[in-house]
Amino acid sequence: MTVVFKKTPVLRDVPLHYCPGCGHGIVHRMVSEVIEELGIQDKCAGVAPVGCAVFAYNYFDVDMYEAAHGRAPAVATGFKRVHPDHYIFTYQGDGDLASIGTAEIVHAAHRGEKITTIFINNAIYGMTGGQMAPTTLVGQKTTTSPLGRDKDHCGEPIRMAEMLATISGSAFIARCALNSTPNLIKTKAAIKKAFETQIARKGFSMVEILSPCPTNWGKSPAEAMDWIADAMIPYYPLGTFKEV
Amino acid sequence: MNKVTILEDWCKGCGLCVRACPKAVLAISTTHLNKKGYYPAEVANPEACIACAACARTCPDTAIEIEK
Repeated sequence: MTVVFKKTPVLRDVPLHYCPGCGHGIVHRMVSEVIEELGIQDKCAGVAPVGCAVFAYNYFDVDMYEAAHGRAPAVATGFKRVHPDHYIFTYQGDGDLASIGTAEIVHAAHRGEKITTIFINNAIYGMTGGQMAPTTLVGQKTTTSPLGRDKDHCGEPIRMAEMLATISGSAFIARCALNSTPNLIKTKAAIKKAFETQIARKGFSMVEILSPCPTNWGKSPAEAMDWIADAMIPYYPLGTFKEV
Repeated sequence: MNKVTILEDWCKGCGLCVRACPKAVLAISTTHLNKKGYYPAEVANPEACIACAACARTCPDTAIEIEK
C-alpha cells in the first residue's frame, strides 16, 4: 500500500493544545508541509505570537522565537538581516497582528522585509476569552460587545490584506479560508507561494487565513466552518491582492 | 482497498472529518471515549473510502492517516 496522507515530520510528534475544531492545527500542518516540500527545514525559523498560538514553538520542528505581543515582524526583521540566506516566518493572530502589532506589520511590509507572515483571522480574541477584536464583524456578539459590534461606536472591521497590498514593499498578499476542501487546497498553495516569494527575495509576503474559533463563537466546529462562508467571506473577500 | 486510520488518542471529536468526507466513511463514536475524554471519530464505512484525503486535510489535530 502507498501512503496518501501522513503527518509531516516538520510538525513535532506532540498533540496540539488547541480546542476541538480550531483552525490553528490545520494551518500549523500546512505551514509544516510547505517547509518540508520546499526542503528548507534546516534553513528556516519561525516567530510565535502572543495569543492562542503562543505555544507554536512546541509544534514546529524548526528554530522558533517567541516575540513580545505584536512584535513578531520586528524579530523576524532582525533574524532576516543577520541571516539573509535563511528563511523566517511569523505566525500571528488578529489580536497580535491587526491590533497591538499594527505598526510593526505595516512598517515591516513598507520596508519590504523579505519575511513571510501567516495571519490567522478568526474575528475575535481567542486566548483572553472571546473579546471584540478589530476584525470582529459588525453585529457579531462577543463578551465585550454583548449586543453585537456597533459600527457607529467601534467602526467597521479592518481589512489587513487589502491595506498591506497597497504598500510598495509587499510582494505577495492573499486571503484564504479553511471552510471547505477547495479552500483548504488554495490556502496551502498560497502559503507555498508566500514562502517562494521570500526565497526569490521579492519582498514582504503575507497570507491572511479566515479561521474558525468554535469555542468563542459559541458554535459547533461544523457550524463555525459554515459561519466563515456565510458571514466572514462576504466581508473579507478571498483572493490574491498583490503578486509581483 | 483504501485504508483510513484514525489516531484515536489525538482526536478531539470535532467532527470536521465527518463533515468533509464525500462518501460518509467516518462517524463520531457514540459509545466509546478516548484517553482525552472525547468521543473520537471512527471508520464506520471503510469500503466506501476513495482515499481523497479530504478528512485528513481538514483534521486540526493531524489524527488521520490514509493509504491506498
